[in-house]
Amino acid sequence: MRTIKAFAAIAAMIFMAACSSNEQQAAAPATTTVTPGSVADFRQNVGDRVFFDTDMSVIRPDGRETLNRQAEWLKKYTNYPITIEGHCDERGTREYNLALGERRANAASQYLIAQGIPAARIKTISFGKENPDPPGSDEGAWARNRRDVTALQ
Amino acid sequence: MKFSRRSTILGSVALAAGSAAPARAQLTIDMTRPNFEPVPIAIVDFSGDRVGADIAGVIRNDLQNSGLFRSISPSSFIQRDVDASAAPRFADWRGVGAAGLVVGQVQQAGGNIKVDFRLWDVVVGQQATGLSFNSQPSNWRRLAHIIADAIYKRVTGEEGYFDTRVAYVSETGPLSSRTKRIAIMDQDGANNRYITDGRTIALTPRFSPTLQEIVYMAYPEDRTPPRVFLQNVDSGRRELLGNFPGMSFAPRFSPDGTKVVMSISAEGRTNIYEMDVRGRAQRRLTNSAAIDTSPCYSNDGTQIVFNSDRGGTQQLYIMSAAGGGERRISFGEGRYATPVWSPRGDYIAFTKISGSGFGIGVMRTDGSGERMLASGFLVEGPTWAPNGRVLMFFRQQPNSGGRAGSVTLAQVDITGRFERQVPTPTDASDPAWSPLIPQ
Repeated sequence: MRTIKAFAAIAAMIFMAACSSNEQQAAAPATTTVTPGSVADFRQNVGDRVFFDTDMSVIRPDGRETLNRQAEWLKKYTNYPITIEGHCDERGTREYNLALGERRANAASQYLIAQGIPAARIKTISFGKENPDPPGSDEGAWARNRRDVTALQ
Repeated sequence: MKFSRRSTILGSVALAAGSAAPARAQLTIDMTRPNFEPVPIAIVDFSGDRVGADIAGVIRNDLQNSGLFRSISPSSFIQRDVDASAAPRFADWRGVGAAGLVVGQVQQAGGNIKVDFRLWDVVVGQQATGLSFNSQPSNWRRLAHIIADAIYKRVTGEEGYFDTRVAYVSETGPLSSRTKRIAIMDQDGANNRYITDGRTIALTPRFSPTLQEIVYMAYPEDRTPPRVFLQNVDSGRRELLGNFPGMSFAPRFSPDGTKVVMSISAEGRTNIYEMDVRGRAQRRLTNSAAIDTSPCYSNDGTQIVFNSDRGGTQQLYIMSAAGGGERRISFGEGRYATPVWSPRGDYIAFTKISGSGFGIGVMRTDGSGERMLASGFLVEGPTWAPNGRVLMFFRQQPNSGGRAGSVTLAQVDITGRFERQVPTPTDASDPAWSPLIPQ
């Protein structure tokens, strides 16, 4: 009986700890200190997303800045292979958007390769319009859905 | 599934048409005229077995949902003692405004059921058609659809499409982690079953001409580029169709079922390939730096229509089924996508994206005579009924408050006059209409 109680107490503490750490993450501004070289470091201090204009796969100037930071970070922390996910907004047809997402992922991949990241470290995948984030149906949401996400493996 | 089918020669009971009927509905309809009136039809519960009422219910539902018929409510019928093997009292049926009357009976026949039906032309006062079928009792829904097809054909002059199935993508869950799995159901929504397990996203199912197999695109694992799979519908056995580097998607069978055409993406280029289903030989059909996708064979298998952004925006192109001779056929304002060639060869249906939203339209195969049939915030992915006179597509409402907007299947006739929602157990997209089920 006693052991079970103790176990329950520990579980509750772990649960609370998990909650509070989630809350911290959710509320964290970009300046939060995170372990350099961690996934959180990459997401918060480098930026894992680049955005595209409607029906385009050309890397915009703001995207180039993000990819430059990604290249710099990836050269410093060489243990991560990456997958670049290409995504689209919902204002296109399913099959075409799968191809457009592939083209967007490829554009970022080519850019990183040109910055000196070995092609063997990079995979690409398209999700077309299947994984919107955020899930809205307005210009603001669509602009954020037209994206590449660089995921560390 | 085996049916024995024979037309019954029911000596035409030439009851004198009697008093000249006042000008009223006819038992024929020209569905290509946009101002047609639905044909009023009375369908009596089939006699002889409890399943008779269910059969009549399926027939009423099929005909009513076509938009070409108005099923008269059985509660208004005057003649209650109608005998399926004798002439009805035509005056009673004219009295309820019917142009056609359907009667039938079900008999047990050594473990099978025997179903007879007759369509009476109430206006003229004679039999219009009659058929008799033998089948296993479990086939009663199919028998009802086959009878509805026979009535549809007699009245419209067109082949019916009720004895068919629809494959589609069942969608459930929040947008951030949505489950998308392939399902197959009867055209009227009955007998729904799932073909993939929903563990990874599966999209764009398409039937083989025999309905025994489907091809579709799925992510083999999370974070693994999509591939095209060929799956036996009954056994569930599935196999990868081709092992290309990169992503393969947008598959579609040739009309004879020997080939599958699909798109392959690599390094930002998407081209069209054909694959021999048996020998698995593959051949590249387009070679551009653009996105060439959504290929679909012509009804005779000699040409392929597809969409490409090679000219700057997404437009429709036609090429030879062997590749080559590519020419653009869409020239209106906006982007054109997902072209599908009518099984009767007269039209190509498509999705159109313009400033005002999405639309479903048809054009002749040379690109002329464009007509829009449906529009909305997002309508996409037309598929033809086997008679080439009805289309199904999907309609998505805007997402709001982080919630996914509803996604539903819809069907519309070729005049664009009659649209209805097709019932599905879950949200649904990417419909693929089967050919008539082989009898």
